[in-house]
Amino acid sequence: MRFGIVTFPGSNSDIDAYQTVVDGIGEDAVMLWHKGHDLAGADVLILPGGFAYGDYLRAGAIARFSPIMREVCAFADRGGRVLAICNGFQIACEAGLLPGALVRNSGLKFLGRPVRVRVESTDTAFTNAYAPGQVLRLPIAHGEGRFVADPHVIDALEAEGRVIMRYVDTAGEATPEGNPNGSMHNIAGIISAAGNVLGLMPHPERAADSLLGAPDGLPMFESLVARVAA
Amino acid sequence: MSRYRVSVHIVPRTGVLDPQGHAVADALHSLGFAQVRDVRVGRHVVVDADAETPEAAGSAVRAMCERLLANPVIEDFEIASIARP
Repeated sequence: MRFGIVTFPGSNSDIDAYQTVVDGIGEDAVMLWHKGHDLAGADVLILPGGFAYGDYLRAGAIARFSPIMREVCAFADRGGRVLAICNGFQIACEAGLLPGALVRNSGLKFLGRPVRVRVESTDTAFTNAYAPGQVLRLPIAHGEGRFVADPHVIDALEAEGRVIMRYVDTAGEATPEGNPNGSMHNIAGIISAAGNVLGLMPHPERAADSLLGAPDGLPMFESLVARVAA
Repeated sequence: MSRYRVSVHIVPRTGVLDPQGHAVADALHSLGFAQVRDVRVGRHVVVDADAETPEAAGSAVRAMCERLLANPVIEDFEIASIARP
């Protein structure tokens, strides 16, 4: 199975994603330069973390117009699986692949630390290798990670079970204490209506190695392999 | 064709929490400006472009705002001025 990892100028977690795919789950990965139009036969695309175009204007605002995004959006329209991590999530929202937007953390500070997130649904291509309600320890590294959307959009996401990950506190509850950035409803990750595009602010590709004491991100990649193989 | 300088204000939509604006309001209060009720912090973009008329310049920049310069999910924009540079 081939993962295509898009590299924008300023992406920095593309290599982490590559290593997680190749060393973590032993699958094939290719880097896709943002200026190209070739997805290299990838089965799954990753929009990685980083600071594409320096986050100029708004995070992801310029990257969404990169040449390869034409193919990425067409791929998603056809039901192709896209994993949009952190800056990738910001790009996906700007591109309209996912609803809502990511704005400045409510505490105004850049946060680079582990958080607890609860898996709200395992009935997705991205989370089927987790247990329902499993609480993961994943790192965040963002200044603009607060997920916002109009109330009717938030309500629809909740009603349709499209909130896939939620920030939780030490008791596993989605409280303000457990919310690092002020995201509405403690939303850490959402999925598209067709279930093929997942956006999340935490970094599973930076927590995919038990040697680092942070293995909780690996099952997200294992989920993708399991679903495509099925 | 003439050259125009179009100024755009882009601000967080009311209803979107603006912690930066809130922090600035708190700072103003601590400086003694008790009369401040609210502050919104946004962006000012100046577009220097060619157009046939000022109206055409404004309408082109409005399209630029809708396409790129502002994100309607979280921001409102207004054309503040259209001038000759």
